Amino acid sequence: MTTSDSKPLISARGLGKRFGDLVAVDGIDFDVARGEAFGFLGPNGAGKTSTMRMIACVSPVTSGTLSIFGENPATRGAEIRARLGVVPQADTLDQELTVRENLIIFARYFDIPWAEARRRADELLEFVQLKERSKDKVENLSGGMKRRLTVARALINEPDLLLLDEPTTGLDPQARHLVWDRLYRLKQRGVTLVLTTHYMDEAEQLCDRLVVMDKAKIVAQGTPRELIEKHSTREVLELRFPVDEKPSLDHALDGVADRVEVLADRVLLYTSDGEAAIAAVHSRGLRPESSLVRRGTLEDVFLRLTGRSLVD
Amino acid sequence: MAVTALSPVSGAARVVEHNALVFKRLWRGSMTVSFFTPLFFLASMGLGLGSLVNRSSGGVGGVPYIDFLAPGLLAATTMQTAAFECTYPILAKILWDRIYDAMLATPLKVRDVVIGEVAWVTFRMFLVASIFWIVMAIFGVARTPESLLAIPAATLCGLAFATPLIAFTATQKNDSAMGAVFRLVITPLFLFGGAFFPITRLPLLLQGIAWATPLSHGVALTRGLVLGTVGMPEAALHVVVLLLFVIVGIVIAFPILRQRLVK
Repeated sequence: MTTSDSKPLISARGLGKRFGDLVAVDGIDFDVARGEAFGFLGPNGAGKTSTMRMIACVSPVTSGTLSIFGENPATRGAEIRARLGVVPQADTLDQELTVRENLIIFARYFDIPWAEARRRADELLEFVQLKERSKDKVENLSGGMKRRLTVARALINEPDLLLLDEPTTGLDPQARHLVWDRLYRLKQRGVTLVLTTHYMDEAEQLCDRLVVMDKAKIVAQGTPRELIEKHSTREVLELRFPVDEKPSLDHALDGVADRVEVLADRVLLYTSDGEAAIAAVHSRGLRPESSLVRRGTLEDVFLRLTGRSLVD
Repeated sequence: MAVTALSPVSGAARVVEHNALVFKRLWRGSMTVSFFTPLFFLASMGLGLGSLVNRSSGGVGGVPYIDFLAPGLLAATTMQTAAFECTYPILAKILWDRIYDAMLATPLKVRDVVIGEVAWVTFRMFLVASIFWIVMAIFGVARTPESLLAIPAATLCGLAFATPLIAFTATQKNDSAMGAVFRLVITPLFLFGGAFFPITRLPLLLQGIAWATPLSHGVALTRGLVLGTVGMPEAALHVVVLLLFVIVGIVIAFPILRQRLVK
């Protein structure tokens, strides 16, 4: 039976995960709708991966309720997993097999017949641009290629829901863009994506809606735009001062912007008009080494909500 | 679309398929080793050393030394195969290559992993034992149709080591204890467990220890079947002891692996 469109694909209420005394996820609520690209944004250790593993039905729920496709992971784990595609944070590819064999044997785990497994493997190798490498051993692939192969592997069962745990962490910019491009195509085909990331650009590019997690809790949720509007300003003025001048800044910038954030390496001024703020700074006789006006981002949202940066 | 989970049999079969696909690359080398190792052992120890044994004491227990040695060595060989298959490769799949994590993200369950691995190692040992039997036939040790029963008997002996070893491996955080398993368990049993000389030659205490391990039962059973000297009740006793090790191993391995992999 297909889940009706009005019902969420994933629904969590008071969802919690505990490892002994450590509370990894502390009673979070969220819903993911069919066809949506939904993100968990947060720093390392925020509880994103623990949440993903519960959704993937590989980690038992400690408290609260979780339903996926309207089913309970505790009793219907294998049935739910049959409809999921999972890109785990650490690659679990089989180093002893070839690129193509990795896909075929994975298809077999889903009871897909051999002939169909081979057909899908070839189709997916084309999709992730690895066709020329199909006979190569996995250990000879670059990090970006391994990631793309893992994405292909996650699609072998034509999943209703694709889970991606930090899909581009550790990749160089070009490799990241290749992965993003493929994920964007999947999104356009209507595949429901749930991903975790600590990159705000990744979240902004791929997510229709996201939750910001910090210290095992959800601290905000909405579309990237809503979050920026609510917790940041339209523009942000970034100033850099010579190191010895910094201590004297304490009150010198009061009133120049809606909010001032003094970081280790720069000062952020939150304002609706960056150029006007620059003028105001200069009129107070301050001479920053450099100044930059940019749009507010999810990074600013995170800083505002938690007082810390996303990537340390 | 109704999605059903895999049945236990087809789930385990998928795990076997994975191992078979990996083995496809290695089988020639593996079979060559499985043939030449017993060939060399039986030529050197069975014929070479055996000629001295036969001259000085008329063989062992009334049979030429090679007839005594070969079936015992068969049981000891499947034990070694079990030890190789159930230590490093299993730990690699848990820890280094995380093959089990990949499997458990699919409809496969821990149950399928355990049954599949046990089925696979059974197949591997059956293969090793079959090749060993051919070598025994070449040397004229295996002469009767009943001696073919030594193949499943030796496989069972290996299995009695395999399942407890899987359980042990599943408790390990790294491979540092693996060497100790070989040095302190597998090698001493190989040398003193009854393959090369009767365990009645051991001090009484060591005899007791030997009978508490699966190998002595496996050796006695395999030897008895090849030489045609084992009676039904005695054979049944050995089979029951070996089966107990197999079952206890599985019963322990399952929850340990489950706790390890499903966190």
